Amino acid sequence: MKELLIKNGFVYDPLNKIDGETMDIAVRDGKIVEEVKKGKTIDASGMVVMPGGVDIHSHIAGAKVNSGRLLRPEDHYKDVELKTVLTRSGVGYSIPSTFTTGYRYSRMGWTTVMEPAMPPLKAKHTHEELNDTPMVDKGAYPLLGSNWFVLEYLRAKMYGECAAFVAWMMNATKGYAIKLVNPGGLEAWGFGRNVRDIDDPVPNFDITPREIIQGLCKVNQILNLPHTIHVHINNLGKPGNYVTTLETMRCVENLATDNKPIMHLTHCQFSAFAGEDWRTFKSASEEIAEYVNSHSHVTLDMGQIVFTNTTTMTADGPFQFTLYQITGNKWVNNDVETETSSGIVPFQYKRKNYVHATQWTIGLELALQIKDPWKILLTTDHPNAGPFTAYPKVITWLMSRKARDDVMKKVNKKTRRKAPLSAIDREYSLYEIAIATRAGQAKALGLESKGHLGVGADADISVYNLDPKKTNLADNPEAITKAFKKAAYTIKDGEIVVRDGEVVNSVNGRTYWVKVETQANLFEIEPELKRAFEKYYTVKYENYLVPQNFSAHQTPVTAKARIKS
Amino acid sequence: MLIMSKVKVILLTGRTIDQGVSKEHGKLSKEYQEKVAICEVDSSDLKNLTVIKGLNIKVITRFGSVVVKAIKSSRGSHPGIAYMPYGLWANIVVDPHTHGIGMPSFKGIPAELEAAPSENVTPIPVLLEETFRKKPQ
Amino acid sequence: MTLVKNVTCPICGTLCDDLEVEVEENSIVDVRNACAIGEAKFLNFTDPKHRNLKPLVRKGGELTEVSLDEAVERSAQILAHAQYPILYGWSCTSCQAIRVGIELAEEVGGVIDNTSTVCHGPSILSIQSVGIPTCTLGQVRHRADLVVYWASDPYSAHPRHIERYTSFSDGRFQESEWEHYVTRLRGVLGKKRLSRASARISMREVSIPPIADPKLPPEFETEKRKLIVVDVRKTRSAEIADFFIQVEPNRDFELLQALRLLVKDEELEVDKVAGVPVDLLEEFADILISCNFGIFFFGVGLTMSSGKHRNIDAAIALTKDLNYRTKFAIMPMRGHFNVAGANIVSTWQTGYPFAVDFSHGYPRYNPGETSAVDILQRDESDASLIIASDPVSNFPRNAAQNLVKNPMITIDPVVSPTTMMADVVIPSAFVGIEVEGTAYRMDCVPLPMKKIVEPPKICLPDEEILRRILLQVRQIRQTGGKA
Ligand code: SF4
Ligand SMILES: [Zn+2]
Repeated sequence: MKELLIKNGFVYDPLNKIDGETMDIAVRDGKIVEEVKKGKTIDASGMVVMPGGVDIHSHIAGAKVNSGRLLRPEDHYKDVELKTVLTRSGVGYSIPSTFTTGYRYSRMGWTTVMEPAMPPLKAKHTHEELNDTPMVDKGAYPLLGSNWFVLEYLRAKMYGECAAFVAWMMNATKGYAIKLVNPGGLEAWGFGRNVRDIDDPVPNFDITPREIIQGLCKVNQILNLPHTIHVHINNLGKPGNYVTTLETMRCVENLATDNKPIMHLTHCQFSAFAGEDWRTFKSASEEIAEYVNSHSHVTLDMGQIVFTNTTTMTADGPFQFTLYQITGNKWVNNDVETETSSGIVPFQYKRKNYVHATQWTIGLELALQIKDPWKILLTTDHPNAGPFTAYPKVITWLMSRKARDDVMKKVNKKTRRKAPLSAIDREYSLYEIAIATRAGQAKALGLESKGHLGVGADADISVYNLDPKKTNLADNPEAITKAFKKAAYTIKDGEIVVRDGEVVNSVNGRTYWVKVETQANLFEIEPELKRAFEKYYTVKYENYLVPQNFSAHQTPVTAKARIKS
Repeated sequence: MLIMSKVKVILLTGRTIDQGVSKEHGKLSKEYQEKVAICEVDSSDLKNLTVIKGLNIKVITRFGSVVVKAIKSSRGSHPGIAYMPYGLWANIVVDPHTHGIGMPSFKGIPAELEAAPSENVTPIPVLLEETFRKKPQ
Repeated sequence: MTLVKNVTCPICGTLCDDLEVEVEENSIVDVRNACAIGEAKFLNFTDPKHRNLKPLVRKGGELTEVSLDEAVERSAQILAHAQYPILYGWSCTSCQAIRVGIELAEEVGGVIDNTSTVCHGPSILSIQSVGIPTCTLGQVRHRADLVVYWASDPYSAHPRHIERYTSFSDGRFQESEWEHYVTRLRGVLGKKRLSRASARISMREVSIPPIADPKLPPEFETEKRKLIVVDVRKTRSAEIADFFIQVEPNRDFELLQALRLLVKDEELEVDKVAGVPVDLLEEFADILISCNFGIFFFGVGLTMSSGKHRNIDAAIALTKDLNYRTKFAIMPMRGHFNVAGANIVSTWQTGYPFAVDFSHGYPRYNPGETSAVDILQRDESDASLIIASDPVSNFPRNAAQNLVKNPMITIDPVVSPTTMMADVVIPSAFVGIEVEGTAYRMDCVPLPMKKIVEPPKICLPDEEILRRILLQVRQIRQTGGKA
């Protein structure tokens, strides 16, 4: 029996409606408990205690991330981590090597991170890397929005079969959620084309993105997966795309029941562009916020820009090609048979560039104009809009108008003049930060034992050296950044793993995947699948599957499907 | 007396299917030596060498020289191009310079061929001992 | 007797995963679907003539049989006391073993380099400077109506590549050209040769009379799925192709640059480029532009000849240019079955694909400085561990001499010039036959390697051997040199 007591901290635990009360948190055998008798005590007086950070969308592992690492030795040369007795060495600023990724998340107090783009054919690769990413719990979302089986089942309106297929897929890839990237567009990209909007049919497949989105949303409901569908919209990164974003949210409106979210729209900053072209480009954050404020079926995450040199990488091949055309930078494209594509382009976000500066305002505007913090979560779409190590900065911008103004002074003049951000006074409280970085994320993911400190929760806890009673945080942005950069303590499954921002204990972390349970025979489609499989793929059915315990610490989460037999 | 003529060629090294197959019989096998200690030479070049196929020739570059069996190149006609499968023999004559990027030049090396009918191909163990002055297993 | 299906072949980067192996009392009696090389492997790997079956340590100048423990102990001593050891090989073992190898290299502050350093190293350098538009092989199978093998001879080095993934495979949007090929052969050679042609997979001789003038054959237009070979000599693959373009040695760069100009609709002011008539080149450029999905597969013919990574730069640049006109991809033909995996694991753990130097306590990468051949040519390393590869045969002689001069540990299932010259020989089990694990195909698709039969008792998996060495190295270092 291993016990731990965190005494006298200011506790922020939004899922249990605890807002900065001075409390003790007791831990036994990796779980939060009512009380403990003995064991170690951490004196957290004058410090902030929160559930461990959760990241719903961060590209940390798999084929695409690794191609990014390979592509950018120049990203690694200056950012190195030495080997210590406890930790492995590594390199990388925007695309750190796996060990380094785990340590850096943990040093900031994060304990769960989701890889949002797993090409199913290369799922083993993603899992091998997650297995080498220590300190945090993980999961990965298989890319399904241009998968031939999905397109064909949905075209025939065979939702039950499609659900069975997706359930099979979660098992086959050890996946956690349904991911759609530029639905249908990636199939078109197989011949160098794209779809224009959600009603533009996919070449050769006679189905529209709208039907794919709605179909997979229904499938997600049938399967009762813990997370909603996770959507990267069509037309991402294009001026005027906010219309597509609104249509995408609207197209599932009437599928919603009991005010529950049924869609997660990711890195929304890249999808809230108004204007006709780059010259007339402007923020559409108000239009998006307005819609989100009056609907409850979507959650979003920010995809907040930081001004830095980073690496863009998405499954959205055509979008990445556009970025390559714009920047002339080096470019990787990698299409995956029957499933998806991907692209990588290094990118420098510049303060003085009107578009980049405006993108910076859009992310913050969304987070500040959407009233309910449960609806918009903090991300940088690592590393697309900036590396995850910028989270302390983003937290600071949300919490301090002063901090935002300091940046505003230095950005492009036109942006300064036009951006709605200049007029926004709202500042996040620590309670709201705890929602945007923990509680809201865990809730959206359906990870019931994460994101809170109630009895029975996983003892994933972060303690920050920050005293909101003594310091006026909004006026002292540096204090916020400093505290969130280096957690005073990070506790993972009840073990102290980080102290004063340094790793003191290296742990592995689990990999979650969703195991669908159902009365019906999900595997009725299997013979059919096997037959088609040989035709669709260049690998054998059996060799495609990620076996049970392929990597250490695989942990199934069950979903109870509502498929009728 | 026979005058040994020399022929200038561009030497390429590379994979062959025979090398791939014979390797699976072991690098000490007779098959391996037969398929790998060879040099494919165009028939016109062979004529100039006054060598008939199946006899030995010496391949000389500025990095070294090695005796291998001359084989008539079976595909197309490529006067001026000679081809050796990868292996210990070829490596004696390839360009070891990496030009700063870690990679020696295994292809496109200027070389000279000369008939060596009375010389033998050196088998691997002997070659190893000669090259490294250490006793092979 | 049992039939093991869906076996992945542990030989080349084609990584065929459809082999069927018949096993009788722990020995393989038959193998189906493999090419000649694959078949030779599965049927001969147990041959004791070339199998390492005893742990050996060099004593008084001679390799002497010892216990496995002693061999491991000696290896750990060598590595723990070396200042700058090289850990080399890795492309013929599993990713699981490579992971441990990197940890070992980090522990001893050495350099870990894999065989890509002497094959597609320049391709990687080129990708790092310009990127790469590529795809998995299934995209090619389903979509490619134009396949170009450039300086690569799949027939010899990747025998089933054409059949499984390109011109002779069947895809959703593209039919196999096998029928067309057979028809054409019928015209050219008559029926007698047909049977031999259809035995192509078993690697018997197929030969078409050489095309005399460099002109497109008349039937080229009707070909739905075009196969073109560009090479310095007429390879076996060139004979299967719809068309063969012969380039003068060391002049691929010029040819690629000329094509780039033509693809951008610029004129060439000469009659010939690299030995190829400009008329023909113009037609070639047209074919490149007008396909729906084209791909270049390039071999070490480009990386190893003069120009090296600049040849690849040009080939990738051409591919990028073509993407403004149509869909085009490019892929290196990776040799050893898991050389892609060696790059991949190295990259996720260290940030760099090969030539990783841990002597400063963190990964450093500077090919030309931290690459095995260069370190050896500068004579800087003082020990080495070689796993499942044969640098004594494959490195230039001066590099190999410096390798052999210092203590050298080898872990290998088979006898090779390298194991023969080693100071420690640790026999190991064959990945994909006697041990399972993961390997990555040339298009970076991960595939499971199977355990089909039990290895001889003394032959442990690479992963385990490396772990044992690592453990001992740590002990030695903790006790300050004494184990
Ligand atoms: S092509 Fe390569 S992987 Fe396929 S059977 Fe032959 S040697 Fe094995
Ligand atoms: Zn993303």
